Amino acid sequence: MSDHQTKKPARHNEQHLHVDRWQQLRQFTAARIGLGRAGTSLPTSELLRFQLAHAQAIDAVHASLDSTQLIDDLQVLTYMNEPLNILSVQSEATERLIYLQRPDLGRNLSEASAYQLQQYRSDSPVDVAIVVADGLSATAVHKQVPPFLSALLARLTRANKAWQLAPLCIAQQGRVAIGDDIAEQLNAQMVVVLIGERPGLSSPDSLGIYLTWAPKRGFDDAKRNCISNVRHAGLTPDKAAHRCAYLMENARNKQISGVALKDRSDDAITDKLPLSRVFMLSAQCVGDNTE
Amino acid sequence: MAGYRYQLGQRTYRFKDLAGVMAKASPLRSGDQLAGVAATTAEERVVAQMVLADLPLTTFLNETVIPYEQDDITRLILDTHDRDAFEPVAGLTVGELRNWLLLESTDAVVLQDVSPGLTPEMVAAVSKIMRNQDLILVARKCEVITAFRNTIGIPGHFSTRLQPNHPTDDLNGIAASIFDGLMYGSGDAVIGINPATDNVAQTINLLHMLDELIASYNIPTQSCVLTHVTNTIEAIERGAPVDLVFQSIGGTQKTNESFGVSLAMLQEAREAALSLKRGTVGHNVMYFETGQGSALSANGHHGVDQQTCEARAYGLARVLDPLLVNTVVGFIGPEYLFDGKQIIRAGLEDHFCGKLLGLPMGCDVCYTNHAEADQNDMDNLLTLLASAHCQFIMGIPGADDIMLNYQTTSFHDALYVRQLFGAKPAPEFDAWLEEQKIFTRSGNSLLTDELSQRFAAMLPGGNANV
Repeated sequence: MSDHQTKKPARHNEQHLHVDRWQQLRQFTAARIGLGRAGTSLPTSELLRFQLAHAQAIDAVHASLDSTQLIDDLQVLTYMNEPLNILSVQSEATERLIYLQRPDLGRNLSEASAYQLQQYRSDSPVDVAIVVADGLSATAVHKQVPPFLSALLARLTRANKAWQLAPLCIAQQGRVAIGDDIAEQLNAQMVVVLIGERPGLSSPDSLGIYLTWAPKRGFDDAKRNCISNVRHAGLTPDKAAHRCAYLMENARNKQISGVALKDRSDDAITDKLPLSRVFMLSAQCVGDNTE
Repeated sequence: MAGYRYQLGQRTYRFKDLAGVMAKASPLRSGDQLAGVAATTAEERVVAQMVLADLPLTTFLNETVIPYEQDDITRLILDTHDRDAFEPVAGLTVGELRNWLLLESTDAVVLQDVSPGLTPEMVAAVSKIMRNQDLILVARKCEVITAFRNTIGIPGHFSTRLQPNHPTDDLNGIAASIFDGLMYGSGDAVIGINPATDNVAQTINLLHMLDELIASYNIPTQSCVLTHVTNTIEAIERGAPVDLVFQSIGGTQKTNESFGVSLAMLQEAREAALSLKRGTVGHNVMYFETGQGSALSANGHHGVDQQTCEARAYGLARVLDPLLVNTVVGFIGPEYLFDGKQIIRAGLEDHFCGKLLGLPMGCDVCYTNHAEADQNDMDNLLTLLASAHCQFIMGIPGADDIMLNYQTTSFHDALYVRQLFGAKPAPEFDAWLEEQKIFTRSGNSLLTDELSQRFAAMLPGGNANV
């Protein structure tokens, strides 16, 4: 990683720069605090650091998914000692600019892909279809999907009740709801969509995971469970796989998903820090010297 | 209603109803195209604007864009319309209203008097035939002053919401961003957190922290945790120190149903917050956020264009007497506002419409990374809004919201506006900043050079210079 990508503060030897003297607060947050200033404006180094992060986020949005590379990366994985059956499909959005302006097209399989999937349709329902979609960050898919899937398949292999998988579909120019279309074509009882999330400035490679029970075209998001911020600096692929396997098991047992299915795999993390431990509120700071 | 027609040379243009004229007259934006209501040619758009300009304002009292029987916002707008206030402009067409608004004799007082007589649809209609400079000039004339622990909207002043979001709501992480913001003079509109974990327990936890911070340092400002109105009502019932009630609102009943809110619920929340009597210089207790595209996103637009839906949301806001209304203009993404040009236009329209309807309008000058926009577009919109006397903007460390994953205005950006326009924070907050030796009146500088002892002392490890 180059020097520019680190969380390093502006160089102290930059000329005409007022340095903020609270940079130790960066231990508490990844927010861009203590940047310093030139007059009241951003120091040059910080301005360029921001521009670089924005450029990376834009590149992540416009990067196309390299299906061949991804298939190569996923073909080393096995499930129940068998290699994965992987198919490549396309939404109705034919290119990126259309995809960005027409969310409706990204939710549907192209006619050719729908026809292709019918050839793989199972007569009796299969347990789950796993779908990989580029979404808004192909970068996230390339980085997070291989380790996530590896961890998820390992967990599914150990499940008490075996999971029967539909072919794994890699969808180009896909939105979350394309999974519903794919699951209908493949006759799957559940769909798990792994999709590149809208890239943030500090997180261009974050994956989202959406689980839907009994998926049908036209379902809205209230029917889905979501695991977001899957990346090495956020929810690690391994932890995400743990949570996903938990949700899959519960969705199958209760035959529901969405708001009705609560994620209790980890209790919601609320900060139980006593207020006196907040640095601005410790007794000494607010003028009460009883400490 | 037989619809509207216009003869241009050999060609006859037809528009099926009022909503159709409004939609096709709207300056181009991707959301209206997505909804299938936009003009299909540039010529059709201007023809629609000509039809709109010739419509008497009374049309909007006789014809609705969404039927009265189907939509509670339509009912609210018509049932609360003030005929007496409308009188001075009752004889005008939409085009004549534009002329009237631009008259030099139409000043802040005249605009305040007529405001309750204007409906959101009238205001949306006239905005569609106004250029950006018209939107700026008229909005600048509107004066809207609100107050809670400080006074917002006085001419010559410009406020900021300090937005210290953190991806896991880490209290020290939030406090670190608040510290940074205060040292840059941010936070007079509100210190407002979007919680990452959106439940009542977390809301109460965060409210207590903000309350202690504001009380400990006697900061003349207000706090808010931007959670669902039902969570805030419950927090109040459980004794939490609620200053402002937050809610996202839209301009149709269906949109608000998708947000899980109704007028009655908002009124109940307002009463509950008022009963706490926590304001010192005023009692505006509501904080609303809006944004073009929400009605389409909620599949609740009824064929009405997104800018008209947005203005209708202001119709709801104004009966609740808010402290702040924030149009979050570029957050929704390129399928609604495609690029910098569309975001800038929408920001100016929203600010104008809100102000003319009597609302304390601020703007989240922002974009996402999948929109065709960048910092330069935001600089343009920020400068234009500041020249239009926008009441407040967001303030966030380095313009990067690490929780919501979008870019909005930074603490530095607000100081740019202060330098450029000489605009000060709310007077009570401005005095506090000077008292705390954060701002200075001496020399050419806005900010003091040295961190004051009081703030240096609270840093972990004391005043460790790194």
